[in-house]
Amino acid sequence: MSQPIELPRWMDLALLPAVNLGLALAVSAVVLVIVGQDPGQVLGLLVKGAFGSRTGISYTLYYATTFVFTGLAVAVAFHGGLFNIGGEGQAMMGGLGAALAALAFAHLLPAWLMLPLMVAAAMLFGMAWAAVPAALQAWRGSHIVITTIMFNFLAAALMGYLLVNVLKEPGNMAPETRALGESAKLPGVHELLGWFGVDWPKTPLNLSVLLAAVAALGVYLALWKSQPGYALRAVGFSPEAARYAGIAPRVQIMRSMMLSGALAALVGINEIAGVHNRLLADFVAGAGFAGIAVALIGRNHPTGIVLAAILFGALYQGGAELAFEIQGFSREMVFTLQGLIVLFAGAMAQVMAPALARLHRLFAGKAAAHG
Amino acid sequence: MDEITIGTVLASTLRVSTPLILCALAGALSERSGVIDLGLEGKMLLTAFATAATGVTTKSLPLALAVAVLVGVALSMLHGYACVSHRGDQVVLGMAITMTAAGLTVVLGIAWFKQGGQTPPLPDAVRLAPLWPGFAALVKEIPFLGPIVGIGLLGHDAFVYGALALVAFVWWLLYRTRFGLRLRATGENPAMVDAAGVSVVATRYAALAINGVLAAVAGAYLVLALTPSFIPNMTAGRGYMALAAMIFGKWHPLGAFAACLLFGFLEAVAIRLQGVALPGIGEVPVQAIQALPYLLTVVLLAGFIGNAVAPKALGTPYVKER
Repeated sequence: MSQPIELPRWMDLALLPAVNLGLALAVSAVVLVIVGQDPGQVLGLLVKGAFGSRTGISYTLYYATTFVFTGLAVAVAFHGGLFNIGGEGQAMMGGLGAALAALAFAHLLPAWLMLPLMVAAAMLFGMAWAAVPAALQAWRGSHIVITTIMFNFLAAALMGYLLVNVLKEPGNMAPETRALGESAKLPGVHELLGWFGVDWPKTPLNLSVLLAAVAALGVYLALWKSQPGYALRAVGFSPEAARYAGIAPRVQIMRSMMLSGALAALVGINEIAGVHNRLLADFVAGAGFAGIAVALIGRNHPTGIVLAAILFGALYQGGAELAFEIQGFSREMVFTLQGLIVLFAGAMAQVMAPALARLHRLFAGKAAAHG
Repeated sequence: MDEITIGTVLASTLRVSTPLILCALAGALSERSGVIDLGLEGKMLLTAFATAATGVTTKSLPLALAVAVLVGVALSMLHGYACVSHRGDQVVLGMAITMTAAGLTVVLGIAWFKQGGQTPPLPDAVRLAPLWPGFAALVKEIPFLGPIVGIGLLGHDAFVYGALALVAFVWWLLYRTRFGLRLRATGENPAMVDAAGVSVVATRYAALAINGVLAAVAGAYLVLALTPSFIPNMTAGRGYMALAAMIFGKWHPLGAFAACLLFGFLEAVAIRLQGVALPGIGEVPVQAIQALPYLLTVVLLAGFIGNAVAPKALGTPYVKER
C-alpha cells in the first residue's frame, strides 16, 4: 500500500473536502453539546448572522478578504514545495510597510498615488520578511517551518519595540501610531456604493475585497498559465525531476516564498489602510494561521481558496454575532472548529481518502457489473 | 550585583526554565524517533487546562496530575494515529493540535467556570510548595554564598528538581538503553530498524507516549507553580520556545537542557533590565532580549554557529515495503 490513493477527480476536489469539513463540524457539534448548547440552533443563528443581513454579508466578506490573502500565501508556498507558517509575521510586516509609507508621504500625496504606494510598500516588506527564511532554506538548508515560526516571534518583537519606543503617538497610552491621514484611507464599500447612489450600511468592508479578487485571479494565471509558474509547481511536485529538467530549485524557493510573503502582507492593506487608519500591535490576530486551514480546505487552488475564505469569513462573522445572541457562547468555538478543520482536512486527510476509495470501488464495481 | 540579586535571578531562571526543560525533553524524544512535534504548545495548553479544571473541581493534586497525563498521552496517541499509522503530515498535525487547543480551552473554560475563560485559582493544597523552606531559610543566613544557594537553588518545589532528574533520565534512556538505541535508529534509518525485526510503528508510538507524559507535566507545572489559575493562551509561545531550545541543543537532551537554561535566564533578566543602562551597551530594549532565543535558533539553523543536524528520517512517515 505504498501507492498514493487514486480518487476520481470530482471526489478528490469536492467530496473529500466536504467529508473532512463535515467531520470537523460533527466534532464541533459534540463540543457544543458538552458545553450545553444546541448545535442546530447555533448553526442556524450562525448562518443568519453571516448572511442574513447586508451588514452581516459585508462583515463576512471583510473577514474573507483577509483569509483570501493568507490562504493564497500558504498555497503559493505549498506549490513550491514549502510550508510557510510565517504568514502571521509577514502580514505584520505588510502592515508596518503600509503604515511607514503613509506616515512619510500621506500629507504630500493624493489618495490615487498614496494608496498604490502603500500596497507596494506592504508587499515589499512582506516579501523581504519571507525572503530571509527562504534564502536560509535555499542556501543553508535551514528547515523553513522552524525558521518561519521563529520569524513570527521576531516580527512580533520588532512590532512591539517600534510601536512602544519609536512610532507611538505622544500622549496616547495605547501602543499605536497617529492617524495616517485622509489620503491613506482605502474607501469603504459603503462609500463607493454611496457615490452611485446605493444606500449600504457602514461596515469595515473596503476596496481590499477587489484587491483580493485580483490576487486570486493573478495567482491562478501566474501558477497555471505561465512558464515560471509551471517551473514553480514542478519543483513542488518533484524537486528531483525538476532539477533534472534544468529548473534551479533555489530560484524557485525564493520566488514562491517571496510571492507568498507579498500576498500575506496584503492583510495589512485590508486592516491598516482599509479599516484602522493607524498601525496597531495585534491587527493580524491569527489570520496567518487561519490561512493554513483555508488553503487546506480549498485544496491550494484559488477557486477553492476563495470559497473556503468566504466559509471562514462566515464562521468569524457568525461566531461574533452568536457571542451576543447566546449566553455562554464564545467566539473561540470558531477557532476550535478551525483547528479541527486543519486536523481532518490536513493531518488526517490520509485517513478518509482510503475509505472513500473503497466506497467508490464498491459502487463503480457494481455499476460495471450491471453494465 | 549583590548576592541576593544573583540568588533571585538564579531562582527565577530555574523556575521559568522548568516547563521549557520538560517540554524540550518531550520534543527531543519524539523527534529523535523521527516524528516532528509542532504540537508542544497545544499539548501544554490543553494539559494546563486539564490540571486547573480538575484541581479546582476535585481539590486533589494526584487527580489533577493524572487527568493532565491522560490528556497529554491521548493527544500524543492522536499524533501517532494521524502521523505514524496513517502517515499524515506531521507539521500540519502539530498546527492542528495547537489551534484546536487554543480554542477549546477557552470554550470549555467559559462554559464550566464562567470567568471569561479563566479558571478560579487553585487551592493551596493542590499547588506546589517549596520542598525545604526551613533549610533554605537557614542556608540563606550564611554570608556570601548563602543567599545564592539558599534563594537560588534550595527554595524550589519538587517539579524543578524533578525536571533536572528527568534530564538525566532521558539522557540515560536515549543513550544507555536498548530502547533508546532503537528509538534513535528509528529516527535515522527506519528501514534498518525494520530489517532488524523491530517495529518502527511501535517504537514511534512509545516515544510519543513518553512525549505526552512530559508535555503534560510541563503544562501542569504552569498552573501548579507559575500562575495560580488557568488563563487563556497562558503558554504564550513556551512550546515553540522549547522546540527552539531542543533544536538549539541539537536534538540532544543535555544540549536542550543547556539551551533551556539560557532561554530561561534571558526571560528572567529581560524584566530586570527594563530601563537599565548597561555599561558600554546602553539601554537594551526588553523586546530584543525576548527575541534573542528565536534569533539565536535561526542563526544556529543557518549553520553559522556550529551545525545542527536533525535526525535523518525526521518528518518522513515510514512506509513498510511489502
